[in-house]
Amino acid sequence: MSENVLTMKDITMQFGGVVAVNSLSLEVNKDEIVSLIGPNGAGKTTAFNVITGVYAPTNGSVLFNGKEIIENYPRGKMKKLYAGGERGAYKNHLEPTPDKITKLGIARTFQNIRLWKSQTVFDNVLIAKHLRRTSNVFSATFRLNWKEEKRQREEVSELLNILDLYDVKDELCTSLPYGRQRRLEIARALATEPSLLLLDEPAAGMNPQETEELTSFINKIRNDFKLTVFMIEHHMDLVMDISDRIYVLNFGALIASGTPAEVQSNPDVITAYLGEDKDA
Amino acid sequence: MEQILTKHTLIDANKKRDMIVGFSLLALLFVVLSILEHVLPRTSMLFTVLKKGAIYALVAVSMNLLNGFTGLFSLGQAGFMMIGAYVYAIFTIPVEQRKAVYQYFNGGIIQFSIPVIPAMILGGIVAAIFAFLIGLPVLHLKSDYLAIATLGFAEILRAVFQWDKLGVVTNGSNLLRKYPVFKSVLFPFAVSGVCIAIIVLLINSTYGRAFKAIRDDEVAAEAMGINLAHHKRLAFTISSFFAGISGALLAMFQTTIQASQFKSAMTYEILLIVVIGGIGSVTGSCISSFLFIACSEWWLRFLDNASTYIGTFHVPLLRPGFRKVVFSVVIMLIVLFYQKGIMGEHEFSVSRMLQFFKSLPTRIKNRKQKKVSTEENVDSPDEYEETKDVTK
Repeated sequence: MSENVLTMKDITMQFGGVVAVNSLSLEVNKDEIVSLIGPNGAGKTTAFNVITGVYAPTNGSVLFNGKEIIENYPRGKMKKLYAGGERGAYKNHLEPTPDKITKLGIARTFQNIRLWKSQTVFDNVLIAKHLRRTSNVFSATFRLNWKEEKRQREEVSELLNILDLYDVKDELCTSLPYGRQRRLEIARALATEPSLLLLDEPAAGMNPQETEELTSFINKIRNDFKLTVFMIEHHMDLVMDISDRIYVLNFGALIASGTPAEVQSNPDVITAYLGEDKDA
Repeated sequence: MEQILTKHTLIDANKKRDMIVGFSLLALLFVVLSILEHVLPRTSMLFTVLKKGAIYALVAVSMNLLNGFTGLFSLGQAGFMMIGAYVYAIFTIPVEQRKAVYQYFNGGIIQFSIPVIPAMILGGIVAAIFAFLIGLPVLHLKSDYLAIATLGFAEILRAVFQWDKLGVVTNGSNLLRKYPVFKSVLFPFAVSGVCIAIIVLLINSTYGRAFKAIRDDEVAAEAMGINLAHHKRLAFTISSFFAGISGALLAMFQTTIQASQFKSAMTYEILLIVVIGGIGSVTGSCISSFLFIACSEWWLRFLDNASTYIGTFHVPLLRPGFRKVVFSVVIMLIVLFYQKGIMGEHEFSVSRMLQFFKSLPTRIKNRKQKKVSTEENVDSPDEYEETKDVTK
C-alpha cells in the first residue's frame, strides 16, 4: 500500500453534551479518491471541519504526511462532560488555525458555495494565491513584488484555462451559473497549491448531467495536479463510480469501510443509509 | 476567444487611460488651487472648506480602509486622530515657546522640537502603535461589539490625555498652541493626496485583495490561507497610522488643540462621510468629505441668520441652529435615495463616465430589444457591437 497522506486517529468532537463525531479513525492514502458518506447529521462535515482546523477536536489527533498537525484531549469543561471514547490516549494540545493548515497543503471547498461575492472570477482565484506570497505589506504596497504578482497572475490564467473558466474571468463570480460556481470554488482551492483536496458535497444541487461531468472533472484534476481527494457526497452514482475506498458514518461513528462493492453489500450500510430497495 | 482577448486588452487600455487622465486632473487641481490662492483673499471661506475637506478626506479614506474594505466596524478614528494631533503638537512647539504653552507645568519635560514632516510621521506611528496594542484584545470581536470596544478605547484615551498627572507632556486639559501651522491650502492637499495614494496602492495590492476577501467571507478567507488575526491587525494599524497623520493636519488647521475636541461625535461625522460617499469607495469618501464640510460650514450658513429679508419679506423659520435641521434632512434624503452612498462600491473614473454617456442612447434603444433576446447580451456587451459596426 502506498503512504498515508491523511490519518485521523480517534477523533471525537463533542459540542456541550452532544457527541457529533465519536472516535473516528480513518486513513487516506496518496493518489486515492476516498469518500465519506452517511445520512444527514452523521457528522461528516464536522469531521471535515476538524481536519481543516475550524473546530479543535475534543479528543484525538490528525496526521498529515505522517506529521502530527492537530491533537487535543478533553480539557476545561470537557474534563467532566466528555462522553467519547479513547480517553487518556492523547496528551498534547495542538490547535492550528485553518490558514496554517491550508498552508501545509490541505485545501477545501464548502457545502454551500462560499465565494467572495464582490470579486471577479479572476480575483477569487488570485486571492487564494495570497498565502504563497513572499512579499510583506510594504513591498506589496509599493509594487516591489511586481515579479511575483506577474507570475501569480500567469499561474491563475493558466489554472482558469485548464478548468475552462478563462472566458468568464472578468465576470462577477455571482453571475456564473451554479455548476460553474462550484467549479470556481475548486479552482480557488487548487490555487492554494494543495496536495490533499477536501470536497464537501461537490455535486450538491447538480442535475444528473452535471454530476456526470463532475466525475470526469474530479478524475482529471486528480491526475493533472497530482492530488489526493477526500470528499463528502450524497450522489451514490458519483461516489461508487469514482471512489477507491469509502467510509460510512452514522450517528458520529464509523459503521463500515472498504471498496465501493464491499460497502454496497454491507447490511449495516444498507439499513442505515442506502435503503433496502437500492438497485444500483 | 478572439473577442474575449480584445475585450481584455480594451479593459487594460481603459485602465491606463484612466490613470493618465486621473493624474492630469490632479495636476490641474493643484494648478487651479495655486491660482485661486493668488486671486482670492486668504480668509475666503472656500479655503477653509478645502483645507478641512482635504483633512477629512484622508481620515474618511482611512476609516473606509477598515470599515469598507476589511469589514471591521471600528469607531476609534477620533481617538487615533487625537493621538496624531497631540504627538505632532507636543514635538513641534518651539523650545522658546514651551514656557508660555506649558505655563502650569513649568514648561513641560520635553525640551526639544523636531521638524514638521518627521513629527507628522511620528504622530502616525504613535497612533499605529496604540492601535496595535488596542487591537490585540478587541480585533477578534465581531461588528457591533468591535465598534463599542473601539469607541470605548477612544473615550478612555481622551480622558487619559486630559489627566493632570500627564500634564508635563500633554499639558493636561489646557490648549496646546504655538506649534508650526500651514498657511497654503496646497499643504494639506499634498499630504492627503500622497497618503490616499498610498492607501489606494495598498487596496489594489495582494494585501488589499486579502482584506476584501475577509470582508466578503471570513470563513472562506481563513480556509484559503489568509491569517485573519494578522490581516485584521494590519488593516487596523495602517488605518490608524493615516488617522494619526490626518490628526496632525487637523492640529495645524485649527492652530490650537485640546483633547476635549476629539469627541465621539467627530467619529460619527467621519462615519457619516464614509457612508454617504459609499462604503468601499475611496473616491466616494473624498467627494463626500468635501460636500459634507462645505454643507456644514459654508453653504447652509445663511439658514442660521434670523434676520433674512427677501425684499421686505421676512423669511420665516430661519434662526441659529436651523442649519442643522436642514442638514439632517439632506442627509436623510441622500440615505433614502442613494442607499449605497453616492458612489456605491465603485470608483470615479473618466472612462466610466464616458462609457455611461456613450451608452445612453444605445441603452434606451436596447431596452426594448433586451426583452426579446437576453442571450446575446451575455457574450457581447453593447460597446462591442458599436466597435464592430465601425469596422464594418
